[in-house]
Amino acid sequence: MTATNKALTIPGLETVYDALASAIDEAGADKTELFLVKLALLNANALGHPERFEQHLQAALQDL
Amino acid sequence: MHRPTTEARPSIYYDYKVHKPWLPSAHATQERKKVVIAGSGPAGMVAALELARHGVPSVIVTSELQVSQGSRAIVFTRRSMEILQQVETADRMTENGLPWRFGNSYYRGQRVFRMEAPHDADDRFFPMLNIQQQYMEEYLLDACAANPLIDLRWGNKVIGVEQEEDFARIEIDTPHGAYTLETEWLVAADGGRSPIRTALNLQMEGASYEGFFVIADIKIDLPLPTERLAYFDPDWNPGNTILMHREPHGIWRVDYQLPAGETPEQALQPESLKARIDAQLAMIGHAGARWEMDWCSVYSARTLTLPDYVHGRVLFTGDAAHLLPIFGVRGANTAFQDAQSLGWHLAFVAKGLATEKLLGNYSAERVGAAREIIEEAGKSTRFMAPPSRGFRLLRDAVLSLSMSEEFVRPLYHWRTSRPHEYTDSVLNSAGDDDALFRSGPAHGAPPQNIRLSADDFLLDHLGGGFELIYFTEAAAIPESLQGVVAAVRARGVPLRVIAVGAVGQVDGADVSLADADGHFRRRYGVQASGAGYLLRPDQHVCARWLTLDATRLQAALNTALPQ
Repeated sequence: MTATNKALTIPGLETVYDALASAIDEAGADKTELFLVKLALLNANALGHPERFEQHLQAALQDL
Repeated sequence: MHRPTTEARPSIYYDYKVHKPWLPSAHATQERKKVVIAGSGPAGMVAALELARHGVPSVIVTSELQVSQGSRAIVFTRRSMEILQQVETADRMTENGLPWRFGNSYYRGQRVFRMEAPHDADDRFFPMLNIQQQYMEEYLLDACAANPLIDLRWGNKVIGVEQEEDFARIEIDTPHGAYTLETEWLVAADGGRSPIRTALNLQMEGASYEGFFVIADIKIDLPLPTERLAYFDPDWNPGNTILMHREPHGIWRVDYQLPAGETPEQALQPESLKARIDAQLAMIGHAGARWEMDWCSVYSARTLTLPDYVHGRVLFTGDAAHLLPIFGVRGANTAFQDAQSLGWHLAFVAKGLATEKLLGNYSAERVGAAREIIEEAGKSTRFMAPPSRGFRLLRDAVLSLSMSEEFVRPLYHWRTSRPHEYTDSVLNSAGDDDALFRSGPAHGAPPQNIRLSADDFLLDHLGGGFELIYFTEAAAIPESLQGVVAAVRARGVPLRVIAVGAVGQVDGADVSLADADGHFRRRYGVQASGAGYLLRPDQHVCARWLTLDATRLQAALNTALPQ
């Protein structure tokens, strides 16, 4: 992914990293998927850009 | 020997009439027919009534001796009512049906979405009307029986079809043995399991979804309004969906999805039905309410269509042509639109007013409509009955988000049946002013109804042929236009002129509508006199002009009736 001027700063990325990890733990093993899909939909709505979301899907599908 | 049951079907609310079979032994040798229609469901009967309106006689052959078992189709859309108005059965539907326009979706006891279907002041009919299919069929039967051009034969089952160059030969079995009937055209309106489709070895295209749904009609006194109720992922049926609809005569439709792996036979066991219906009633706050079963059945969601509805002399319509998911009331409502379309296309070909190219257009337009419905209904089906793990995760995420997040809630609103717009129809005029209009019904669209006075609407005045709506304040339709109209009529083409905007009766117009406040013009995007709309016999727009002249009117009529 190419960085845009809205990309996270390194401290910002670190904050997101910790927060997401903690939230996954909080959701619990059997609700992790549901939680992540909800999160993806909320982020997609905030992104407001179906094509960019599709790019994110393709990027996330790589190197699984 | 065909032996249809002579026992009246059981029903709590409907008094079945068992008709006498039509027997070949009691009739003279049959001459070749113009049109034979296999099937007396909504598609078959509306096709017969439309054909009759255009002066084309037909024979309806129907296997059984009575109307359909159980309520089946119960929700009819505004466009269906407008079509039924054309065949004079809408009033009885309105008198006896339950109109509605609100839908409610529930998740975890909370109403997470409320659908409000718009009800335009210019519309005569409500967005939706609930009535059991038996009544709808009865009203259509009465209209067929009153029409001397329709010969309805009970107890006549099609058992074979052979096609010749210019006719079809049908083998029909009856309680007194078989006979042969020749017909120029055979309309296959013989339902979802269409024996004619099977006999012709025709394959449908599309998808079938896994999973079964039970529909059960119960008699119960529930103090709830006529609104659609949808419950997602309830405790008693995790992951699945339940729908409820009020029907006339104190009947409620309960529609629920079965857990994966359960067979229809297991689901229809009385104890299974009872436990689930009791659980549903308990969930909505009516635990222990007394109810009685009227009818139940099982269905699955399919999105299938034949790729072509014309096969030689055999024309497919309704469920025989396509199988559509129940979500969005697609079955009978699509069948009405099919049959209305087939009626005029076939009538004009049968009467020699257009060549068989017109039937190709019937197929192209209605296959296009089916594919559009499949596209839309597929989305609803994937939400209601997720076909894979991914779809189920997304659906569950949306349910969960909907408790607090507004933006996902519209996903609860599965699109309901609406009339297809024949935007790319070859019957649309190429040289008109369609692109110059800023509003009003465009190429291929159904007409916008207009309320003319308290109980008087534009569509009350339309029907039976092409209609030229001409906007004028003058005392007469221009002579050059009247000349085109007269010449077309002289060929036998039904064409009426509706003048809009003048105070009195307009010379050369069949109907004159005043439009004193300019409301009609505004809704049709018309700013000045001299504009016009040409409607086909199914009322869809095929041309419109800001300034109409004789040459362009003639061109539009030539395009609409390919030779």
